[in-house]
Amino acid sequence: MTGTTVKVPVRGGVGESTMRPDGIPKVTGNFAFASDLYADGMLWGATRRSPVAHGRIRRVDIGAALAMPGVVAVLTQADTAGRRTFGLEEADQPVLAAGAVRFWGEPIAVVAAHDPDTARRAAAAIGVDIEELPPLSDPEVAVEQGSVVRHIRIRRGEPDASGAVVVEGYYEVGQQDQAPLGTEAGLAIPDGEGGVDLWAVSQWLHADHEQIHLSLGVAPDQVRCHPVGVGGAFGSREDMSMHIHLCMLALRTGRPVKMVYDRAESFTGHVHRHPARMWYRHEANEDGALVKVEAKIILDGGAYASTTSAVIANAAYFAVGPYRVDNVSVDGYGARTNNPPAGAMRGFGAVQACFGHESQMDRLAARLEMDPLELRRRNALGSGDPNATTGQIIEGSLPTVRVIDELAAIPVPDPADPADVRNRPGGTGLTTDPGDIRRGIGYALSIKNLAFSEAFDDSCEASVILTPMGAEVRTAACEVGQGLAMVCQQIARTALGLNHVAVVFTDTSEIGSAGSTSASRQTQMTGGAVLKACEELRDRILTEHGGDDLTDDGVVRGGEVVATLAELCASGPIEHRVVFRHPETFSTDENGQGAPHADFAVAAHRAVVDVDPELGLVRVVRVDTAQDVGTALNPMSIRGQIEGGIMQGLGLAVMEELVLDEGRMLNANFTDYLLPTFADAPDVECRLVEEPGLWGPFGAKGVGEPPTISSTPAVVAAIRDATGLELIRAPVRPEHIVLP
Amino acid sequence: MEIVRPTTLDDALAARDALPGADLLAGGTDLMVEVNFHHREPEHVIALRRVSEIAGWEGRRIGAGVTWTRMEKGPLRALAQLSRTVGSPQIRNAGTIGGNIGTASPAGDGLPYLAALDAEIEVASAGRGVRRLRWDEFLVGVKQTALRPDEIIIAAILPEVMPVAEEFAKVGVRNAMVISTVSACVMRMPDSTWRIALGSVAPTVIRARRAEELLGTTAAPRGSLLAEVADAVAAEVRPITDHRATEAYRRHASGVLVRRLVGRCAA
Repeated sequence: MTGTTVKVPVRGGVGESTMRPDGIPKVTGNFAFASDLYADGMLWGATRRSPVAHGRIRRVDIGAALAMPGVVAVLTQADTAGRRTFGLEEADQPVLAAGAVRFWGEPIAVVAAHDPDTARRAAAAIGVDIEELPPLSDPEVAVEQGSVVRHIRIRRGEPDASGAVVVEGYYEVGQQDQAPLGTEAGLAIPDGEGGVDLWAVSQWLHADHEQIHLSLGVAPDQVRCHPVGVGGAFGSREDMSMHIHLCMLALRTGRPVKMVYDRAESFTGHVHRHPARMWYRHEANEDGALVKVEAKIILDGGAYASTTSAVIANAAYFAVGPYRVDNVSVDGYGARTNNPPAGAMRGFGAVQACFGHESQMDRLAARLEMDPLELRRRNALGSGDPNATTGQIIEGSLPTVRVIDELAAIPVPDPADPADVRNRPGGTGLTTDPGDIRRGIGYALSIKNLAFSEAFDDSCEASVILTPMGAEVRTAACEVGQGLAMVCQQIARTALGLNHVAVVFTDTSEIGSAGSTSASRQTQMTGGAVLKACEELRDRILTEHGGDDLTDDGVVRGGEVVATLAELCASGPIEHRVVFRHPETFSTDENGQGAPHADFAVAAHRAVVDVDPELGLVRVVRVDTAQDVGTALNPMSIRGQIEGGIMQGLGLAVMEELVLDEGRMLNANFTDYLLPTFADAPDVECRLVEEPGLWGPFGAKGVGEPPTISSTPAVVAAIRDATGLELIRAPVRPEHIVLP
Repeated sequence: MEIVRPTTLDDALAARDALPGADLLAGGTDLMVEVNFHHREPEHVIALRRVSEIAGWEGRRIGAGVTWTRMEKGPLRALAQLSRTVGSPQIRNAGTIGGNIGTASPAGDGLPYLAALDAEIEVASAGRGVRRLRWDEFLVGVKQTALRPDEIIIAAILPEVMPVAEEFAKVGVRNAMVISTVSACVMRMPDSTWRIALGSVAPTVIRARRAEELLGTTAAPRGSLLAEVADAVAAEVRPITDHRATEAYRRHASGVLVRRLVGRCAA
């Protein structure tokens, strides 16, 4: 068939604020999350956890639990057929504890029963006899005792360099939780041939897959990890929770097994952000130019390694922030304690360091009597500069000065109407009269690496299939709510020139790893793989058919359709599969020097707060931002990431903290682990700074993490401005303001 | 789990008599949280929402089944103020004053109002009929009341003499949906005496008697008297340190809140 065609640009391509395909189902309640999974004849699992933070297990008695009607299986470590430990970077965490428990809430046994209540009661009926030992709960003590997952040492320039002005500070960041609204949930179904299929919340199916088959002691192809609806992640799904337990129970019982953690178990069942203690010393010239930065950073990694070695590396590599300075000394310690394990959370080490370096920049600005933004502008790191810590030359775009200037250009609006009590500190609690309020403004900048670092082989596979209907993108990447399906669709539409693009998330047996949905990386990595696959497929088809364009009508040559999509697919759909890698990264040397990072992004935040100093109450009025996004592939979605990230950063600044007492959580619930509500939400104006990046699709950079990183120190800086207090700790609690 | 759903007070009391261990369910905003946390596994539940006799609000008599949403829109200023601070709109549509009294949490948002007014709690049982207890006879400890196993809370009874000015305020770390770290209700009565009640600063809601005495019948306290009152309140509350706030903060905030509320109530 031939015919003439007029080129019509695709709709919903790159740069448009398209709707996400999962959007309407999610807001109308029709989207199936992991907690909605169901299989005929399925059993329910439950977990018996340690009641102490540290102890020796004398005996685990499963007899009473097994004897309960409705209980089908009770498993302990003795039932682990393969490797008895798991872990993302170091397999040091027992699948089920035996011999010792090292944190409060550590899994000791799992149960499968006919219904969730019976499973829970049976888990409680398991006799656990533990000799309690004193927990190591202070990370400083842990470092002194050498209980350290990783010490990273950075030495650059002259240790004796000195500046005319010196500011020192000690800072702390409390433990934030990802608090995804969807709790951990999953379903494992045995295949009847010794293998198992797993649907469970995840950020990285292939990493789960590898750890699961090793612990089950089965061949890799006997385990298939499937994508599932994930109700938020923020890092908490990077480590596995119930995954191996579910598979063990399914294989033992020969029946499907489902588990759903309740809110309290979710808090104990996933890793958290690392709490931080940081000591800083900045030296500068009278004109504000930084001369030397020294820092010691201790992150509490809790009982098991998880991603602590990468998180402490990030904290150390970004200890200075987006600033030029030639002389740097940083010691970062990832401590191992008996606190709940810490791992990945949005910002991944850069969050904690940013609170330190930005607090220091404000102190320095105050000492120099210099405008805080001007001090930052004078020291701004840019493309072509060496990163202050590693010495790595920044090769891509790094518009630090531009984000500062764009932020400064956003007008500070008039105060909100104080007649509406919701605009005041204390809100509808009616604590605060207009005369009790003092306003403050604070600024902060951040820098974050994008994608994986330190010589990790960050490979990402994707496939595109041409069908008579259009194109289908296939990937094992995890959509956790961030909008990956949408951005893959946009990239494929633009790259192929086709309007009809479907995105199919597949299991681990069908395609290679896409890597983790973390590190702000999937738009760049899976997006990059999809772009490469689409471009190569298009070239292949156009070459084969001598065409000069591809449209919904087919291959076009000289304005005429020479082959329809149906004709192109006459002998079946045409698949093109690629593996995409970003530019190589390298390990650093013994002084922390080298080129460990693939790409960088910067952001700037300005917070306006109203504080009632006498009661210590804070209303964050506005948080404005300018962010380096490379190229904005979907402005609306970026705005969503920015607003959400600012809420999470605000939470860490003024309310979100897991409170521990000797390793036990005191507030593992939403009554007392406070997340900001809409009544706490600030207005946000954001400016997207577009300077295309080195290698992301169409110049895009990941946008997920930066909004969370510098929003926290900006809010705290604003509270300092309003109160005149030092405020060395985030979150700032009312008593820190009232009784400093 | 068995659920009884009476539609009359007599049926409810009969069910209560037959099932003395049963949990009482009104809005469920406390009970269901306990159930969800597995802190309570009810065998029998008596659901009270269909009992019309306790759903009404007439003058001084607020039926136990009256919701926060109704009180938020009602004529009593401080009661409306405190009702607005309870949970979210969904919680306020479900939660009731009777449930707040029955739960008897030191942080119960409605309790400072009842304490300041010296309100009575009306309860009933099938065998003994109706009795009334003053708020401090009824609220005896942390989540402990004088309610007998066969009784149901029927109403809160407000006094004949109501204040000429009344104000409520509540400190929480979040601007909505938060458990109070300190709450306070202050009233100026027609005889110019003052009433001061505080929540979350002792095992039960308490009155700040010393501060009330200091204020005496001063209609418009100022300056040093206000400061003295704040100090007296801070001294006579009995707060604890927990994960929500420190003892020192609660003492301080108690004084500040009362001082501000006295200022708002002043003539």
